[in-house]
Amino acid sequence: MSQTTATNTGKRLIVDPVTRIEGHLKIEVELENDKVKNAWVSTQLFRGLEPILKGRPPEDAPLFTQRACGVCTNTHALTSIRAIEDALGLKVPPLAQLIRHLILSALIVHDHLVHFYHLHGLDWIDMAAATTADPIKAAKLVGQTSARGDDPADLFIVQKKLKDFVASGQLGWLENAYFLGGNEAYRMTPEENLIMAAHYLEGLRIQLELGRAMALFAGKNPHAQSMVVGGVTCYQSLKPEIIDHFRAIQVKTREFVENAMMPDIRLMTKRFPEALAYGKTSNFFDFADFHDPVSGKDPYFSSGVLWGNDLGKHDKLDMNLIDEHVARSWYKGDQVLKPYDGVTEPNYTSYDDKEKYSWSKAPRYKGEPMETGPLARRAIAYAAKEKETRTILDDYFKGAGMKPEQLFSTMGRTICRVVETTMLIRRMGGWIDDTEKRIVKGDTDIYKPWKMVDAGKGVGTCCVTRGGLSHWIRIKGGMIENFQLVVPSTWNLGPRCEKDKLSPAEQSLINCPCPDPARPVEILRTIHSFDPCIACSVHLVDNRSGGILKFKVR
Amino acid sequence: MPNGNRFDSLKMLAGGKQPSRREFMKFCGLMATFIGMGPAFAPQIAEALTTKKRPSVIYLHCAECTGCTEGLLRAYEPYFDEIIMSTISLDYCETVMAAAGEAAHGALEKAMRNPEGYVCVIEGGIPTYHGGEYGKVGGETMFQLCARVASKAVATIAMGSCASFGGVQAAKPNLSGAKGVNDALAAVGVNAINIAGCPPNPMNFVGTVVHLLTKGMPKLDNWNRPKLFYGDTVHSHCPRQEHFNRGEFAMSFDSPEAKKGWCLYQLGCKGPYTYNNCPTALFNQVNWPVQAGAPCIGCSEPNFWDDYSPFFHPIEDGPKS
Repeated sequence: MSQTTATNTGKRLIVDPVTRIEGHLKIEVELENDKVKNAWVSTQLFRGLEPILKGRPPEDAPLFTQRACGVCTNTHALTSIRAIEDALGLKVPPLAQLIRHLILSALIVHDHLVHFYHLHGLDWIDMAAATTADPIKAAKLVGQTSARGDDPADLFIVQKKLKDFVASGQLGWLENAYFLGGNEAYRMTPEENLIMAAHYLEGLRIQLELGRAMALFAGKNPHAQSMVVGGVTCYQSLKPEIIDHFRAIQVKTREFVENAMMPDIRLMTKRFPEALAYGKTSNFFDFADFHDPVSGKDPYFSSGVLWGNDLGKHDKLDMNLIDEHVARSWYKGDQVLKPYDGVTEPNYTSYDDKEKYSWSKAPRYKGEPMETGPLARRAIAYAAKEKETRTILDDYFKGAGMKPEQLFSTMGRTICRVVETTMLIRRMGGWIDDTEKRIVKGDTDIYKPWKMVDAGKGVGTCCVTRGGLSHWIRIKGGMIENFQLVVPSTWNLGPRCEKDKLSPAEQSLINCPCPDPARPVEILRTIHSFDPCIACSVHLVDNRSGGILKFKVR
Repeated sequence: MPNGNRFDSLKMLAGGKQPSRREFMKFCGLMATFIGMGPAFAPQIAEALTTKKRPSVIYLHCAECTGCTEGLLRAYEPYFDEIIMSTISLDYCETVMAAAGEAAHGALEKAMRNPEGYVCVIEGGIPTYHGGEYGKVGGETMFQLCARVASKAVATIAMGSCASFGGVQAAKPNLSGAKGVNDALAAVGVNAINIAGCPPNPMNFVGTVVHLLTKGMPKLDNWNRPKLFYGDTVHSHCPRQEHFNRGEFAMSFDSPEAKKGWCLYQLGCKGPYTYNNCPTALFNQVNWPVQAGAPCIGCSEPNFWDDYSPFFHPIEDGPKS
């Protein structure tokens, strides 16, 4: 927390912690002419999950690895399961696949929604300005931009709640927000802020139901328990009323996504066009997911690689080209290793070290840093000329008056998140129908027995909310010999690699504007656009003063 | 079942006075029952929760996965927005707070100067090896930060099994020396209430907060868990217990016995050794692991990652802790 302990060089400006993310991350930037000149991204916590897995039974790994993250929660369980099933050569029954699809898609929609409103939203929404809005005018605006009605009473209610809250004098989680006291970076009208504030609160209730949707099949949320090697265990969920409940949540969420989230991102794109001009990175990859439950082919999310922001060319992904660098991380040695052979031996130097400066490893593909996540997935799908993505994105470009290349930006990342949410919540309806059809026909086949191999290896991949996740397992004597997690946030937010190539987040911060270093909201917008799953801190080195700038707000 | 009207939930936030009051009293009645005081106690809870000044809460994150905060976001009656707008003042919580950097730091310092004091909630284990260098927030180790904040708190709550007992990072070989709050901070006089579980049911946290506000410290068990929520084993309220008593076990996940909902003990269920209210409180109002066919892993018990694994095998000789 403390400013002084982190600034013993006397040269650094620190914003620490960066909040509204999961975990612990530190970001340091050098400023020149109100822009970022150089950046370092560093995770600040070592937990050592990988060494903990060694020597344990493989089938226990999903329960351990799931605790890597309570936000993307069961994706780690699922990815571990896929790694083990890969090692065993095991294919699970179609109904088990469908139930895994339902759990995973509910999770991604949930996660995107919570990120958009509750983790990223306050970078754009001025909750205080919402209290000065005219709710009647605001309601008319809603009527113009979405299929929702325009009952001002709803917005009056939200506004009253906010007014009462502010009048209490206890600002709680809004204390010291960058928008308080007026801030030019927050450019929506009071009415627009009121609409967004209402969606922030409504979104809190919707996410609760999406958690419930997951729990219907998973046993609980966070941290699913029904997904196991061989399938799923939730026989008692194979009932019409459970399907109906899940569908009702999907229908309600779809209404919210289409009539709140989508109009809101259109509004943000209009009000913050400059955010289409910064936050750029170059190379992208993601894995495939949501394969056909019967054939195991035709994934709804396809894999691929996109080089140098070229939307005209789609490249295939080769798993053999992934390796991990530790030269700039707080681990022993500087070897570049394949994940199967990964080593995790901590070797901390110091908080202020520029050589080794992160607990995150630096994954690279063909030696290059790659961004992964919704922007990568939609850009790859666009480059692969996938019809649904093309239609929805081209329509978006037309409406927003933007060029496809502008997707490679802070706002573009967020646009893709909402586009993906829209696609997924619609597609989820089809998976529910397929699940129901199987259950009605009396299918209760959700688990396939297996026998652990004495020796083997496998890789599991998953399209997680914030990017491509892979787990790599080596089995010996029926136990885990080695287990490595290569997670989206290390791809996006890792440190430099052996060849000193910046990670995507480091790259995206270069040239990011920072007109008000005391309230570096543009830097937050850029970092948050990655949906970081590691708590972070931002350091700013100001070349003009060379001194410590205190971040006093208001 | 979810309601059809998209604004119903918003109306409950602060809408017409009647429904709002009714909802609020319903919550107070529910909470009174939940914390073992009977519905007649509802007005007293209502009074405690409508005092002008909301109690300040400082919520710290250490070596964790944020699953406990995510669980809290799914709180239901009261909803999370009601908790932070009407019940408590969430003055510091890195996951949801608007401020960042020095502004966040300022919010923390301000809350710590609150003349009425504050409740400290800690999520996550505390890395202790090498002076705690494995986990830092702004250059201060989590160990230092927690000691500084918790030692001055009116009460400290360890949220989840990591904060209670060290959690997954404390499993062997525990390279960072992760410990639970009470193990790590006993020397500075911290004695935290443990809301164990991975994650805990958010009701167990909310219920503890309400108990603190209305009746003071709840009765705790030997592991500092409130007896109200952790007084009985999962097994003792399990709907599959009758099968256990009759010796009716599922021996594999694809067996007819598994499909019929027989006891999961032979597949590794640790329900008989696990103190928690999962079968009665439920998760997300709809389910819990055993109902979903998954053996209980004992997640509210100390050291369960090492003591109760392998998870899919029965422990013949009972718990080790």
